[in-house]
Amino acid sequence: MTTDTATRPAASDADRPGPIKAVPVRHPGRWVAIAIIAVLAAMLVHLLVTNKAFDWDFVFQAMNQKPVINGFLKGTLLVTVLSMVVGVAGGVILAVMRLSDNPILSGVAWLFTWFFRSIPRYILLFTMGTLGILFQQGISFGVPFDWKIIDWLGLSGDWRFFTLDANQIFTGLVAGVIGLGLSEAAYMAEIARAGILSVDKGQAEAAQALGMSSGKVMRRVVLPQAMRVIVPPTGNETIAMLKDTSLLLAVPVLGELFYQLQSIGSTYYKTFPIAVAATLYYLAATSVLMVGQYFLERHFGRGFGTQAPRAARPAGAGGA
Amino acid sequence: MTAAAAAEPAQSLAQPLVHAVNVTKSFHHNEVLKGIDLDVDRGQVVCLLGPSGSGKTTFLRCVNQLETIDGGRIWVDGELMGYADRDGKLYRLKNKEIAAQRREIGMVFQRFNLFPHMTALQNIIEAPTQVRGESRKSARERAMKLLDRVGLADRCNAYPAQLSGGQQQRIAIARALAMQPKLMLFDEPTSALDPELVGEVLAVMRELALDGMTMIVVTHEMSFAREVADTVVFMDAGVVVEAGPPKDVISNPQHSRTQAFLSRLRSEHEHP
Repeated sequence: MTTDTATRPAASDADRPGPIKAVPVRHPGRWVAIAIIAVLAAMLVHLLVTNKAFDWDFVFQAMNQKPVINGFLKGTLLVTVLSMVVGVAGGVILAVMRLSDNPILSGVAWLFTWFFRSIPRYILLFTMGTLGILFQQGISFGVPFDWKIIDWLGLSGDWRFFTLDANQIFTGLVAGVIGLGLSEAAYMAEIARAGILSVDKGQAEAAQALGMSSGKVMRRVVLPQAMRVIVPPTGNETIAMLKDTSLLLAVPVLGELFYQLQSIGSTYYKTFPIAVAATLYYLAATSVLMVGQYFLERHFGRGFGTQAPRAARPAGAGGA
Repeated sequence: MTAAAAAEPAQSLAQPLVHAVNVTKSFHHNEVLKGIDLDVDRGQVVCLLGPSGSGKTTFLRCVNQLETIDGGRIWVDGELMGYADRDGKLYRLKNKEIAAQRREIGMVFQRFNLFPHMTALQNIIEAPTQVRGESRKSARERAMKLLDRVGLADRCNAYPAQLSGGQQQRIAIARALAMQPKLMLFDEPTSALDPELVGEVLAVMRELALDGMTMIVVTHEMSFAREVADTVVFMDAGVVVEAGPPKDVISNPQHSRTQAFLSRLRSEHEHP
């Protein structure tokens, strides 16, 4: 070591290399791309502002009509929310059934998924609107096959508690929600199954070893972790659902956003501004959903990233 | 009734806490346990040693029924695990009843298996509140005491991913202790740890043993076994080869397979 310092006496502070100042790599291609995009953007703005076909006044007037707003709130937003509630709940139940040891349960879940994934949504919704024909005497709640049992026992009357008019169920928004919800459940079942399978087996074992029942293991330990995998594709599904509500016309549901806009358009012979109005509504709704998805992902991703805001609280504060 | 009563050990302090007789277990026609007999008295620490694939971990998992046994019987505190014995006839217990039996047995895993979406404190209070129905307040008070005992009270709000392996394993021990088990099972608790983190986990286990906890420990830590174990059981190829006090089994093994295993372990330790 001593010889080292003797041969290299230059190791004094003055000669130590400081921070690096080098010429960075140039990216001329990027500047070309930016220029091209800037020109295209200018052309687009010019088109939007100057082209008379947009007829912006008409667009905003059409968007402000009462039936259109109702169609957006009920036909689009409400149906999206209700169908996704049916779809997510049904999907999780189907996924748990599919993964169960019971071959009947898992077979039924498979069959459901096969059936509802096979039918185009437009046709499914059309079918939903016509399903009332199957139950012309209405849908009753009571003892199954009651008339057979009553006949067999030699009694009379019926064992039904209440009866619903099937033609009223399989119509309008209700039929739409049932159709979209069942179809969504089939897709959500696969998403939820992938999420459940993504959780390490050791997690369920640790929970079992603590004496948790299988239901608690699923609800408290496996599903919350599966959600991290389930939420992003579910966000996709929700956005797709928002747009698929425009298929409600097949049921038919007339109080639906695009149908209402179209009827205004055909009244005033303005087709294109109507398309713009519908686009603006769907853009706005999708943007809101994406914000919601961000917060959901942050919530279910806790404990997995390196950043965890809650852990920054003072230790011993006892918050849980 | 008399035959069944005679077969079932009475619940008394003189009886061993764990009483396993002729336990067998196969995976796909591969017999992993070929008739294991093992008694663990109250307050005793038993270390299971043996080469990998010898069936130590499988046996441990059989005790709290993460695996179902094919033959034999396991009693814990006089209670037959997994079955009800009525007049000499066995009835498989329901999942709920098996879950109830598991509550009395704490288990610590090689890979910790902490719940990653919960903080350390939440991990510990989860089972007492969800399974025993204890109030959050009292569960939290006890959890803080347990955290203090494993030396991690200051990390109570950390998520598992923010803790070192050794810290995670100490939280996992606290989580198991929160259910106030009669018996603790350790499945190679230090095998997934960096060497410098092994000591802190073993220290917690040593203290637990001194407090009189009954423990079955699958381990490769010879010094821990020699120092803490009351009984060392050497297993190989699904059978118990040798069992006895550590000074006999580790320091003066009688069986050639035990000798071979220990000398192999020693040479690895000296020339890693």
